[in-house]
Amino acid sequence: MKIAIASGKGGTGKTTVAVNLALSLSGAANITLYDCDVEAPNDELFLKSNIEKATAVEVMIPEIDEASCIKCGKCAEICKFHSFAIFKKMEKLLFFPNMCHSCGACVEICPVKCIKEGSKKIGEITIGKKNNLRVISGKLSTGEILAPVIIKRMLRDIKDNEFSIIDASPGTSCSVVQSIRFADKCILVTEPTPFGLYDLKLAVELLRKLDKQFGIIINKSENENNIIDDYCEKENIKIFGRIPFDENIARMYSKGELLISNKKYKNIFTEMIEKIL
Amino acid sequence: MKQITVISGKGGTGKTTLSSSFAVLNEKSVIADCDVDAPDLHLLLKPQIVETLDFNQGVTYKIDYTKCSLCYHCLYFCRFDALKKSEDGKIYIDEYNCEKCGFCASICVKKAIYTITEKSGESYFAKTDYGPMSFARLNPGAENSGKLVTVVRNKAEEIAKTENIDLIIIDGPPGKGCPVIASVSNVDAVIIVTEPTVSGISDFSGVAELTKQFNIKTFVIVNKSDINIEKTNEIIKFCADNNIEYLGNIHYDKLIVEAVNNGMPIVKYADNEVTAQIKNIWKKIKFI
Repeated sequence: MKIAIASGKGGTGKTTVAVNLALSLSGAANITLYDCDVEAPNDELFLKSNIEKATAVEVMIPEIDEASCIKCGKCAEICKFHSFAIFKKMEKLLFFPNMCHSCGACVEICPVKCIKEGSKKIGEITIGKKNNLRVISGKLSTGEILAPVIIKRMLRDIKDNEFSIIDASPGTSCSVVQSIRFADKCILVTEPTPFGLYDLKLAVELLRKLDKQFGIIINKSENENNIIDDYCEKENIKIFGRIPFDENIARMYSKGELLISNKKYKNIFTEMIEKIL
Repeated sequence: MKQITVISGKGGTGKTTLSSSFAVLNEKSVIADCDVDAPDLHLLLKPQIVETLDFNQGVTYKIDYTKCSLCYHCLYFCRFDALKKSEDGKIYIDEYNCEKCGFCASICVKKAIYTITEKSGESYFAKTDYGPMSFARLNPGAENSGKLVTVVRNKAEEIAKTENIDLIIIDGPPGKGCPVIASVSNVDAVIIVTEPTVSGISDFSGVAELTKQFNIKTFVIVNKSDINIEKTNEIIKFCADNNIEYLGNIHYDKLIVEAVNNGMPIVKYADNEVTAQIKNIWKKIKFI
């Protein structure tokens, strides 16, 4: 069973749900947690696992031999990502490495073969252990744009029969699609505000398009008939659980403490698991 | 004309609450919501849409089987494992893996790979009580959010010029990837809204590194500062050590959520300690 956690709106509690759920589940089985929010990975701040391995994520990047370049502009023409700019009159070719998607088309098309390829680090993947929990965490380097490449690499060897939690980034973009594509079930974490509801609807639209099974966790929930409950009832969406609005939770979160370290909150996750599985 | 972008790294720290308040306090600005994935600013500023434009960047690569000679040349060149051979020998495209680089189409000798382009979002130009607004919505799961951010910003700049408005307030997306880079490139200042939590600090340092790399003047606001005073002080110290100007803090107040629930910017909804803090911060921003 592979369970993905997504949200639409940011800051609704994906990390809280992911780390507490993964740790609760790991009491009974071997669990892998993938932190695919590679632009802002925070799961390890709470888990502090024992990092066993760190691997650089590298992509191929063109290296241009200026001397043999004839400024024909074919590379600029073929590149769909606008990584090249050609100024024929000035006999100048500019290359913008941060735009490059490493497809290799420029290398192939260059008539004088003046483009070779080197490699560039765009991020890092770490693998950590905490008892029965394996934590795979991706991190995009600052200034880089290829977040989906890191996510793809993290999930490359995911198995059909493994038990895992996949923590996605907020929003509904291509990074989220890459993170949840292998999931058997998704959890959308939201909060009972108009922002939470509006962004939840967009996330639901995405999950329905991808034909995913899903349910909802309402965070900062004050009562059982808020705007999210109304929406879920109307749309026939299952509510997996709710995390109460509680200043103590906010304080624990601020310090990087796990909610399941407190007996009262631990039960919330135990009950949630029953509904999710 | 000046452009100021509000970002945060971590989501949910208060970007939209503050952007909407700044729009109210400045009375007349061009307002741009660049969180095209999950745009929320319109829920507070209640814009009246004047113009809607299609964003046609949804490119899909297809194979014309009447032309394909099954040479499998494309399989060899595709670096993204997007072209695959099915059991009957036919080539198909794995949508999830396709990077839309077009390499396969350009090397196909039979010209059997073609594209279809579909609408993948919309951009809007609207009027609000606080000035013109440019915003957009990307279809869920669509790509090219960075390009749509640029569409929103170009429209905002165009309006600022024609209507002679000297400030563009940009509400940015969370994270620090492609759409964030598109939201902060070439602006006059970036305001990072963070919160005193381990996640807030970690993600704040990530975007601070980004604005440093891009050489953009950066300012910091700590929201919900009283939730963890120790961590708030940690952020203030980080700012001092890294030459980032700290603008001030905003206390945690349930009225902020209440204002959102009532669809109003907090500075219009209430007049209390937190709105005084926001107004003080705004006074400093005005002189950026």
